[in-house]
Amino acid sequence: MREAFYDRPRFRACGDRALLAEYGTGIDLAVNRKVHAVAAALRERSLAGIEAVIPAYRNLAVIYDPIVVSFENLTAALTALESDLETAEPAEPRTVDIPVCYGGRFGPDLAFVAEHNQLTVEEVVRIHSQALYPIYAVGFAPGFCYLGGLDPRLHTPRLPTPRTRVPAGSVGIAEAQTGVYPSDSPGGWRLVGRTPLRLFNPSRADPFLYQAGDQIRFVPVSEPDFHRLRAAEEP
Amino acid sequence: MSDVFGVISPGPLTTVQDAGRPAFQHMGVPVSGAVDRYALRVANWLVGNAGGCAVLEATLAGVRLEVLAEADIALTGAASALTVNGVRAPGWASVRVRPGDVVDAGVPEDGCRSYLAVAGGIDVPPVMGSRATYLGGRLGGFNGRALEAGDVLRRGPAKLLDRPRCLPWFPLYGSTVVLRAVPGPQDGYFRSALETFFDSVFTVSAQANRMGYRLEGPVLAREPDAPASIVSEPIVAGNVQVPADGQAIILLNEQTLGGYAKIATVITPDLFKVAQAKPGDTVRFLPVTVAEAGAVARQWAAFLSEVQALLAG
Repeated sequence: MREAFYDRPRFRACGDRALLAEYGTGIDLAVNRKVHAVAAALRERSLAGIEAVIPAYRNLAVIYDPIVVSFENLTAALTALESDLETAEPAEPRTVDIPVCYGGRFGPDLAFVAEHNQLTVEEVVRIHSQALYPIYAVGFAPGFCYLGGLDPRLHTPRLPTPRTRVPAGSVGIAEAQTGVYPSDSPGGWRLVGRTPLRLFNPSRADPFLYQAGDQIRFVPVSEPDFHRLRAAEEP
Repeated sequence: MSDVFGVISPGPLTTVQDAGRPAFQHMGVPVSGAVDRYALRVANWLVGNAGGCAVLEATLAGVRLEVLAEADIALTGAASALTVNGVRAPGWASVRVRPGDVVDAGVPEDGCRSYLAVAGGIDVPPVMGSRATYLGGRLGGFNGRALEAGDVLRRGPAKLLDRPRCLPWFPLYGSTVVLRAVPGPQDGYFRSALETFFDSVFTVSAQANRMGYRLEGPVLAREPDAPASIVSEPIVAGNVQVPADGQAIILLNEQTLGGYAKIATVITPDLFKVAQAKPGDTVRFLPVTVAEAGAVARQWAAFLSEVQALLAG
């Protein structure tokens, strides 16, 4: 066990219908993997009275119906889960490939990111697309991923003035974070490219392409490929 | 499926809402839905719908509609100023309306949000399992937005009630609200401020909307060793968040993760009181334990069953 872990999960009440189970301190990949393993186990077991499981960085919320299950019942179930998870083989996270057309009009800040870090544009693309980025949590907006794993060589400050509209699919860098905008929104990230995929499509049978606990890989594609992939997307 | 209302005036904010979209919170999609879930259910039951059908949620200065089809409607929540063709009509009761009638929720003397149900429910395309409008995501409801003058609303299949329905009582919201709240999840950050929190009177500020209610009152100071923000974690409706300025915000159902500490969490059966509080109203918090909150939840569920049974056809 790493130091970031608590000896045992800490349970806190969040009103009358939610329990927060916390597994460690700070932002730590191993703690986060544990959170997602617990979330997956809870969903699999579908215990009576549990209405939703919302994982975050180091804790998860269990939304429950207090008429059906008590806070004590839930903490007992989560504690019992501990020994099951200890013996289970940790699942290898799923890798989701996100094609990205880097630079040009899709990545207007790519040159700035390169210059800021004294790299060539090609090096930025290579470094950015070689890493696997764990999805620590999804939140803030539908499908917005809190990703870890950005190479320190690519850390770049935000724009001094945010753009009023960043197109959906834009891939950006802000300080030590990288991420993709799932919907059009204002934003101050340095944009290095754009994915042709619709990361969030509410009318698709599965509106999302990934979930928290997966890892993302950005795969460079040419502009013609971008347009071909874009055309294949459902409206 | 037929046209049932033409919007003459939507008032400050009218949206289509139902019991919400709880299944995608882990993907960053907030629950949304009616802020006052009690008024939502009763409005629906009064016209013979299931409790979670889509209704119109109007804010403060009402909504004015032209009726396009004969229908049973009911207005609940802030329902004291309902008129049909300029004539007062009862809130918390079914009302038969006919094509050409003008329904106006008016400016209520009491409460903040009114809920207008129509038999068959407001028919907009469900998005991810719900008809609720998520304004921040421009998703669900009527094209993902608040209603505008000229919009035409449809209803689902419905038949007229055999006899009118009404509830023999309705809530008086007043301007003083007492909210029961469970301390935490970050009550440890506010050990000395907890007493202030539960002993003070707060005022609802002008920044009060479907996202949350910012309160004005004594500064709720963090302990010197408590960090200014926390690692982002799940948010639930009722969380009382305290940002760096020490002024409390009651969060509602429009976000999923956040990075501010929460001193306490309002229990679900009391959230309708938040929905009906207006800027300038005063708020006090009463501490309850999780066990006490569980007992309240059981009483509340029993009460809801009674109301439903009373209104059943």
